[in-house]
Amino acid sequence: MVARPLPAPDTLVPTGSVHSWDVVTAADGPGTRFVTFLAGCPLRCQYCHNPDTWQRRNGQLMAVEELVAKMLTFRAFIRAAGGGVTVSGGEPLLQPRFVEAYLRRCKEYGMHTALDTSGFLGARATDQLLDDTDLVLLDVKSSIPELYRKVTRAPLAPTITFGDRLAARGNRIRIRFVLVPGLTDARENIEGVAELAARWGNVDQVDVLGYHRLGVSKYEELGLRYPLDGVPPPTAGQLAAAAAVFADHGVPVSAT
Amino acid sequence: MSENNVRPTRTDPWRGFTDGAWRHGVAVRDFIQGNYTPYEGDAGFLAGPTERTTAVWAKLSAMFPAERERGIYDVDANTPSTITSHRPGYIDRDAELIVGLQTDAPLRRAILPNGGWRMVEGSLKTYGYEVPQDIADIFTKYRKTHNSGVFDVYDANILAARKAHIITGLPDAYGRGRIIGDYRRVALYGVDHLIARKKADKVAAAGPFTEDVIRKREELSEQIRALAELKEMAASYGYDISGPATNGREAVQWLYFAYLAAVKEQNGAAMSLGRTSTFLDIYLQRDIAEGVLTESRAQELVDDFVIKLRIVRFLRTPEYDALFSGDPTWVTESIGGVGTDGRPLVTRTSFRYLQTLYNLGPAPEPNLTVFWSPVLPEGFKRFCAQVSIDTSAIQYESDELMRPRYGDDTAIACCVSAMEVGKQMQFFGARVNLAKTLLYAINGGRDEVSGAQVGPELPPLHSDVLSYDEVAERFDTMMDWLAGTYVDALNIIHYMHDKYAYERIEMALHDSDILRTMACGIAGLSVAADSLSAIKHATVRVVRGPDGLVTDYTVEGGFPTYGNNDDRADKIAAELVEIFMAKIRAHPTYRGAVHTQSVLTITSNVVYGKATGNTPDGRRAGEPFAPGANPMNGRDRHGMVAAAMSVAKLPYDHSLDGISLTTTVTPAGLGNTRTEQVTNLAGVLDGYNAVNGFHMNVNVLDRATLEDAMAHPENYPQLTIRVSGYAVNFVRLTHEQQKDVVSRTFHGAL
Repeated sequence: MVARPLPAPDTLVPTGSVHSWDVVTAADGPGTRFVTFLAGCPLRCQYCHNPDTWQRRNGQLMAVEELVAKMLTFRAFIRAAGGGVTVSGGEPLLQPRFVEAYLRRCKEYGMHTALDTSGFLGARATDQLLDDTDLVLLDVKSSIPELYRKVTRAPLAPTITFGDRLAARGNRIRIRFVLVPGLTDARENIEGVAELAARWGNVDQVDVLGYHRLGVSKYEELGLRYPLDGVPPPTAGQLAAAAAVFADHGVPVSAT
Repeated sequence: MSENNVRPTRTDPWRGFTDGAWRHGVAVRDFIQGNYTPYEGDAGFLAGPTERTTAVWAKLSAMFPAERERGIYDVDANTPSTITSHRPGYIDRDAELIVGLQTDAPLRRAILPNGGWRMVEGSLKTYGYEVPQDIADIFTKYRKTHNSGVFDVYDANILAARKAHIITGLPDAYGRGRIIGDYRRVALYGVDHLIARKKADKVAAAGPFTEDVIRKREELSEQIRALAELKEMAASYGYDISGPATNGREAVQWLYFAYLAAVKEQNGAAMSLGRTSTFLDIYLQRDIAEGVLTESRAQELVDDFVIKLRIVRFLRTPEYDALFSGDPTWVTESIGGVGTDGRPLVTRTSFRYLQTLYNLGPAPEPNLTVFWSPVLPEGFKRFCAQVSIDTSAIQYESDELMRPRYGDDTAIACCVSAMEVGKQMQFFGARVNLAKTLLYAINGGRDEVSGAQVGPELPPLHSDVLSYDEVAERFDTMMDWLAGTYVDALNIIHYMHDKYAYERIEMALHDSDILRTMACGIAGLSVAADSLSAIKHATVRVVRGPDGLVTDYTVEGGFPTYGNNDDRADKIAAELVEIFMAKIRAHPTYRGAVHTQSVLTITSNVVYGKATGNTPDGRRAGEPFAPGANPMNGRDRHGMVAAAMSVAKLPYDHSLDGISLTTTVTPAGLGNTRTEQVTNLAGVLDGYNAVNGFHMNVNVLDRATLEDAMAHPENYPQLTIRVSGYAVNFVRLTHEQQKDVVSRTFHGAL
């Protein structure tokens, strides 16, 4: 075996547990993006369509530079197409050092960066990390603490604190709100999210995402009970009504 | 008025045009460059269909269901088609602005027996028409066809390879096609000038009369004769096209007559139009500037021309249809691109051509092909993307790859074959099945389906666990044999086609000295690459049938697959392209043609798959291949861009006849709003261009739409989808091909 020199100390950066990557258009941030899904999530959202990303051990250990190298193979395409990179999950802020190092490298390569997070672990994001984040895709799952806990099994407050911090720092935010009939579609709940968006003021857009059932088979594969059995996706009318609530608060909104 | 073109009795046809070398010879590109006006705006100026247009199209549309039902609408079984064989035909004589049909009635097909009598006879019998004995006698007793000539020469080796479907789709029974006459020359110069030039070329082709000179002089004589027939045919419609066109309407009409002569004379596999929109724009804009033409009328001329192009028909057998489904004719028109001086070649008429997809509704023909470049005007890019989202009827090819190699007056023949218009032609060579070739390597030349010894016999495998090095070496030997057999077959085919079915009018609209390419092709690339990857990275064990023939494989462990921007698999595919090209180049070609190849299957990926046994990548016997250079269905797991990146790694310089990628995205996969969808699709096209991707078919469709169209075809008469290199009416595909299309990876966001 050929002896390899040890890496220089400054390249000894954290490794992350990466579930998978994709290059997608118009899904996880604007344009065409290299999206990395990190493994591990502290929430257990009832409508989660990626239960396979809950456990950190389900990921593959990768050094930052490995991920950067993969990202770079798409750089020419993405720069020409318009878009950037997104770190998603799972919950990326479960691995803040890895995310910070990766986003830093992406900025060095001139990429537009997005962080897709619930905000629950927002306190773990350093200012450096947020300086290197061009857009936060903030999943606001509910505006009512009891309902938030019901949907996610976690408290709402950290997300609001994180949103306040982003607003104070001037980070751009795109809010994502999943509309689940019978769970998150109460007017009071939607109003509350809209009020948060209006209060923060740094929200470029709210995406109202219709709940879908594409994750069902993953639950079956993992031997897990599907929590929303029998819940139908929202109708176009329900989506439009939810979008109207945001529009009423003067927040730019799209619904799909 | 120009000094060298004084025509006192007519309007000066060249009034207002700037001077240039084009006036003194035949130089259409020079004319375009000196006279066209790039258009940098958006689509806002376009006009909708007039009542006249809608009525003419409605009259034809009412005939399509019967045609779809019976396979053909009608055929004239008694008149072998020539440029002048049929009386004038009309859709609606008083309403048509541009006239001329292949026969004396719309959708009435002609017989063109010079390519082969068997195709004609088989087709007539299939559709219930009596085979005229006198014509059968002519083409079996007195006049030899291309098809008979080829089979006089084929040897046992070629016949066996052909029968085993390792070399398939060869143009040995009908016209070879993929030759683009420069139909613009007729509009710019008139026929008399072209005849005079050809006569001068014939005088210059002097002795000593070697075989080359003899052939050239005979061909020039045929070309001159065909040009005279072109004039005669136009005259039968009441037009004198001996001189240049004097206005926009005449320019369209003259150009169309020239194209029409070609499709009356040849049933070529692909009868492409060239690059005509910016040429015609010069005439239409001059009329508009002179105040004699409105935008609505200009659009109407383009619409009427396109109606004619949409009803080009050839008589083919059901076997042909299984290969190339949906009755394609590949009336390919190349639009856009950029000139070598950096000015975009986009004009208002480039927009008008695309607008026909709205004015007449979506349709597969003409095969509208946009030459994409990042520096195209934004308004044009956005309009193209919008039209793709609305109609799925456009294909895109990289102007950045073509322009440096062929110049800026290049057009696509068929699907992905670039050639400089009027200066270059190709000898169409269909394709070989690389996946099957790999199976031959494993089985020592025996066919995995029939058991017959087709390729060279090899010693037994060292082990039932396949070793990459051993298989790669055997594969190399098998490709050597295949390349030799293949080029032999193509040399025979093109020798005979020149001899018995020479494209007189198309070649009359070329320079007399041209570049020829020998356009080979490969199918099953992704299957072969994934199979080699499996052998290299996993443990592949052969499963033998009773007589020792390997008929299946077991695979233990994972392996990287082509289509995920993973070099471990992509490099195998790229190397295969390069290796096979090198083997093709080792064999001399007929008429010194330059060797090229394509990675393109059209819809034949289904038929090739059917003829190929189980493969080491886990693909089951009979399962369709991926189309063109696409990754295998479902093996591209990281989205459309990652799949496209893998395809873009295939080396264009070793596949100069084109590399085809077909993608399907859902509307939602491009964005929530229409504006976002347009921006993102234009972005993806820029992205693919930036990584040197060559060709992309773009479908923007929901799976549910296709499934509904399968169940209720009557509701989707114009649903158009892009398959490898062309577009088809979805409802005209065979059920098997429809299933293949639906099962293909849909790239939509989750």
